[in-house]
Amino acid sequence: MPQHTFRLNGKPVTVDCAGDVRLLWVLRDLLGVTGPKYGCGLDVCKACTCHINGKAFNPCSVPVSQIKETDEITTIEGLPATVGKDLHPMQQAWLDFDVAQCGYCQPGQIMAAVAKVRQARAAGHEIGEADLDEIRNVCRCGTYHRIREAIKAGAKDM
Amino acid sequence: MTAHDPRDGEPQPKTTDRRRFLGYLLAAPTLVAAAQLGDTLLGSSRASAAVPSGPQPSDIVDLNDILTDATLATANLITVTINSDGTASFAMPRCESGQGITTSTAMLIAEELDLPVEKVHVTLADARPELMFNQATYGSNTTISTFTPFRVAAALARQRLLEAAAIELGDTVTNLTTRAGTIIAASGLSTSYASLAQKAATSVSKQVSVTLKPRSEFKVIGKPHSRVDALEAVTGRKGYAMDLAVPGAKPTLICRAPTINGTVKAVRNAAEVRAMPGITDVAVISTGVAVRGETFGQCVDAVRALKVSWGPGSVDGESDDTILAKLKAAEIPLVVPNLPPLTKTIEQVFTFYWKSNSALEPQTAVADVRDGHAEVWACMQTPIFAQQMIAQKLGLPQGAVKAHVVQGGGAFGRRMFPDVMVEAAEASQKMGKPVKLMWHRTDEFRYGRVHPMCISRVRASYLAGNVLSFEQRHTSVATDYTMALGEMITADAAKLVPLGLGNFAEYSQPVFETTANVPYNFGAVTQVLNEIFQWDTFHTGSNRNLYNPDVVTAVELMVDQLAGAMGQDPYRFRRSLLKDPRARAVLDKVAQAGRWGRPMPRGTAQGIALHTEYKGATAALVEIDARPQTSGREVRDGVTGPRVTKVVFAIDAGLPINPRGLEAQMMGGTMDAIGQVLTESLHLKHGTFLEGSWDNYFYPRQWNTPPEMQIIVMPPTTGEPGGAGEFGVAASKAATASALARATGSLPTEFPVNHNGPLAFEPLPTVPSIPQSPTDGLRYAY
Repeated sequence: MPQHTFRLNGKPVTVDCAGDVRLLWVLRDLLGVTGPKYGCGLDVCKACTCHINGKAFNPCSVPVSQIKETDEITTIEGLPATVGKDLHPMQQAWLDFDVAQCGYCQPGQIMAAVAKVRQARAAGHEIGEADLDEIRNVCRCGTYHRIREAIKAGAKDM
Repeated sequence: MTAHDPRDGEPQPKTTDRRRFLGYLLAAPTLVAAAQLGDTLLGSSRASAAVPSGPQPSDIVDLNDILTDATLATANLITVTINSDGTASFAMPRCESGQGITTSTAMLIAEELDLPVEKVHVTLADARPELMFNQATYGSNTTISTFTPFRVAAALARQRLLEAAAIELGDTVTNLTTRAGTIIAASGLSTSYASLAQKAATSVSKQVSVTLKPRSEFKVIGKPHSRVDALEAVTGRKGYAMDLAVPGAKPTLICRAPTINGTVKAVRNAAEVRAMPGITDVAVISTGVAVRGETFGQCVDAVRALKVSWGPGSVDGESDDTILAKLKAAEIPLVVPNLPPLTKTIEQVFTFYWKSNSALEPQTAVADVRDGHAEVWACMQTPIFAQQMIAQKLGLPQGAVKAHVVQGGGAFGRRMFPDVMVEAAEASQKMGKPVKLMWHRTDEFRYGRVHPMCISRVRASYLAGNVLSFEQRHTSVATDYTMALGEMITADAAKLVPLGLGNFAEYSQPVFETTANVPYNFGAVTQVLNEIFQWDTFHTGSNRNLYNPDVVTAVELMVDQLAGAMGQDPYRFRRSLLKDPRARAVLDKVAQAGRWGRPMPRGTAQGIALHTEYKGATAALVEIDARPQTSGREVRDGVTGPRVTKVVFAIDAGLPINPRGLEAQMMGGTMDAIGQVLTESLHLKHGTFLEGSWDNYFYPRQWNTPPEMQIIVMPPTTGEPGGAGEFGVAASKAATASALARATGSLPTEFPVNHNGPLAFEPLPTVPSIPQSPTDGLRYAY
């Protein structure tokens, strides 16, 4: 069985599995990292959103063989470490607005939110309504409005 | 605060009778106080009226008779335990799946115990058959049915702590006060719940009475509180059935038939698939072919590789158009009323297409069936029913099945039916190994539960500014109510012959009749339901708010039509004819807060609507933008269309327990409403639903979300909590449809309005039954 090595939440990890196994299953089923949720396996619902080298992506749609040894994968579990605190400002905003209901999509929503704020800034502006409209993450409880409010507030502390 | 009359057995002034209840102290190492769940003995006004302080009336003697058998007496109680660290524990016989009842229950217990909410640990109870009808989570009924018994158990615990503290502090109970887990004597001496937990314990179970805190002293109930599991949710630590690490429970998926209820005739390459990388087992079960492997990804590969011969399903010849024809043929005729001359009549039929009950967390169950025992973990809205169905499938006695209730990633009615638990148990039994069985997303849309397609005909007549008659005929594909009250005895009644009439006569009809209503003075009003097909022809279920999102939308659109026909303003017309002052108050609230009638650009409009149910009243004012520049927005693989730009929603829930949670429920219900009017449905074609992904089934996304939302929780009106979980859908749906009608100048009669437009996606194949995951995810990184 081929070995795959990459950096996960700041530490190197190695797994033995076929190269076409999608990274989501490597994280969840082989490494026991359950923050990224399965919602479709089709790169549609975005419940598994994580970061690769700081950019949002969906590990359900990336074979583990495409991940390089130097790639830094960040899951919701590793997000606070990116700011060196117990909680990332976006997680704090989520608490302040009591965003979550069932909570299932929320790790993915937060990972998407952080990347979206960074993306807007890289493009030279603060996150606005048009950026928020682009977020594809499904929330079946319908917390969308509070997500919008929390992202705008969380961005101020990022 | 002052102690709220903890004296045991003393005569109570008449004014407090309504707050006085019986409960039990149970023999245990630390203090355990209990109440009976349900209204047969305690908790109802009837019971409290029957329990004055004098000689015990006969129903209490009956209770004592039961108490003579200690096991029976305590088995069906719900208990609050005070732990040695001063916290309280409570295993709630209900299921949390996002609706916020762990939070509101912690609040109820914290209120009566005078303990910070954070120190009340609410967990979900395993299936407890002795609770009979009292362990089902649906109908927005949790808070209504548990408001009193949960508080009784907590109040008893506090009372007992006070008694123990009185001895320790050398004072009398009436001189003691409690604050945040501390008990303080008049002398200033104090002690804590932690230090009293063992001292207050009893070695003999006994019956005692207690008085609940009066509403005037509420400090927690009615104040906004954030969810007790919020930190776990935002850190990814909140665990769902899919995240459980049960030893040996490996990922398992099912290969399913190309049409609904299709059956396995033969598997042609089981050995070959069993030899695929990571795959450990392949087994035929009642609903398909189960594969077990090291990762779900390898199970996807295996399902796709299986070569299966399938038998026909139950509806292979059916499509949307054949169902519509059958519904129309089954309509119960409208009565032609005897109307005065010059009476005018309007009539319209509305069509509501299939809605998926899918939650975001797909159906998942962990099962370990070995050596004549079964243990199952899943999010269960009806755990006792689940336990019984599993036992029946496995051929085991009910007592050999342990059913653990796990918090769910959404429910929306889907988890009332134990489909996935039974499948997991059967697969585990056949493989002889533990499994973690998950429904693929595509399975959820194709084979999951749906809110049945239905039509609603409304005819109204009016003369000289008065509505003389208002008739509604609602005709639907049968809704499966066989989960009934969450318990096999009643569930079997639902399946009774002749021809499954039990489901219709015992459940569908009464549910319809007890929930549908026309809240206006409209003269002769009739609302009648008819159903086609058997309860199990399709996989149906009550989607959030049962019939009313459709029934109310049809009613309210016709109310608008009546107002228009009589030249009246829709808000003032409703207001003048409403029967209930609570309904009028919420209507006035949204009209005022939403500035009803404000000038708006052409192509945009407001809609207003009302819905009364769940011991409460709701109203919604919705603004929509249907201008081409908005409707024509383009989103990759998404549906845009008209956008709801603003929602003002008011709810009178009687007594709001947690206004913040209530707001969240109303927002969520509003998103359901928006999707159901504008974008969201399943298409039935030749016995299967075409949708297989969230990019096919257009539940709203951010680009459909109203930028402005205001939820108004009305101050307490009745003193008793009403239902919340489903209450946000109907008024919002009707108001959205109403706004759309006004913005476009055309009355929508099919929902969602885009259902019969060009299909907005390329359907996935039905063989293999699930699609492969993409490999180009990095292309979309941002």
